[in-house]
Amino acid sequence: MPTSKRLYGNRLAILAPLATVVVLASLALAFFQAPIEADQGFSQKIIYIHVPLAITTLIGFIYGGICAIQYLRSGNPRDDLRSYTAIHQSLIFCIGALLTGMIWAKASWGQWWVWDEPTLVSFLIVFLLYCTYQPLRFSIEDPERQSRYAAVFAVVAGAFVPLNFIAVRLADPLIHPRVLGTAEGGLTNGMKPAFYLGILGALLLFFTLCRYEMANKHTRAQLKALKRRFGQDAPARAGRSSAPEVPAQ
Amino acid sequence: MTETLPPNTGFVAAAYLVFVALLLIYVTIMSIRASRLERELDQLLRDEDEEVVVEAAVEETVSGEAGR
Repeated sequence: MPTSKRLYGNRLAILAPLATVVVLASLALAFFQAPIEADQGFSQKIIYIHVPLAITTLIGFIYGGICAIQYLRSGNPRDDLRSYTAIHQSLIFCIGALLTGMIWAKASWGQWWVWDEPTLVSFLIVFLLYCTYQPLRFSIEDPERQSRYAAVFAVVAGAFVPLNFIAVRLADPLIHPRVLGTAEGGLTNGMKPAFYLGILGALLLFFTLCRYEMANKHTRAQLKALKRRFGQDAPARAGRSSAPEVPAQ
Repeated sequence: MTETLPPNTGFVAAAYLVFVALLLIYVTIMSIRASRLERELDQLLRDEDEEVVVEAAVEETVSGEAGR
């Protein structure tokens, strides 16, 4: 069996091309099929990347919380790794959502950021909250305690995400549009296929990258275990790390 | 050429470039890590093969000497 196949398995080999095809199809639909919005013009095309990234971010944080609950129930380190990877990926997606949102804000409203807008500020609060996840892990040396405390954080923060989303929906919007589930969201029937395919593509990309990172961490743990078996110098845990300790099976 | 482009094209391009750049940076970092792992794993497998070959040669030598 080739080394690459041994490293990544079959699921990633299916997920990666599928995610690529769906993302490219959604971009093709966004640029060649979806109509140009009357109010905002061409800059509205940013919606097909900004909103899927934002939605995937929030789903990823919640998924990280669910995996953390599983870890607290089972004590299985794989669940801790899933939670860690999901939160790590969500943070990257969150940076993407914030940056694309800022560019869109500049194009539409003439400002990079609007501090009075609940949607923007609440999303920034969620981002800053999760920015403390890695330092929290890094501050705890004992791997078991690190995983437990990180799981509690992920559960509490994961519960905060939907509550925050509901609170923002209930608040009066200033200028940020409410795209999902509202009549005034501005999505015409011609825009919907590109938009929903964009969300599906972002979700597939998220889970592909999660799987990729997990495969990488898992392989590194297996390699260390193999090296130890062959009598080579490979410490079980090289100093302090924010990444969870992965069992080598 | 710019006359044919719709207004705000630069912003749209910038937004999509941010997404592509983020993805590329992440995938590059991960692929560097993965290729390092692949190299280490291949080295380990080669070491294991060499060990097996050496052990077989030693065994052969020992059994040859015992037969003499």
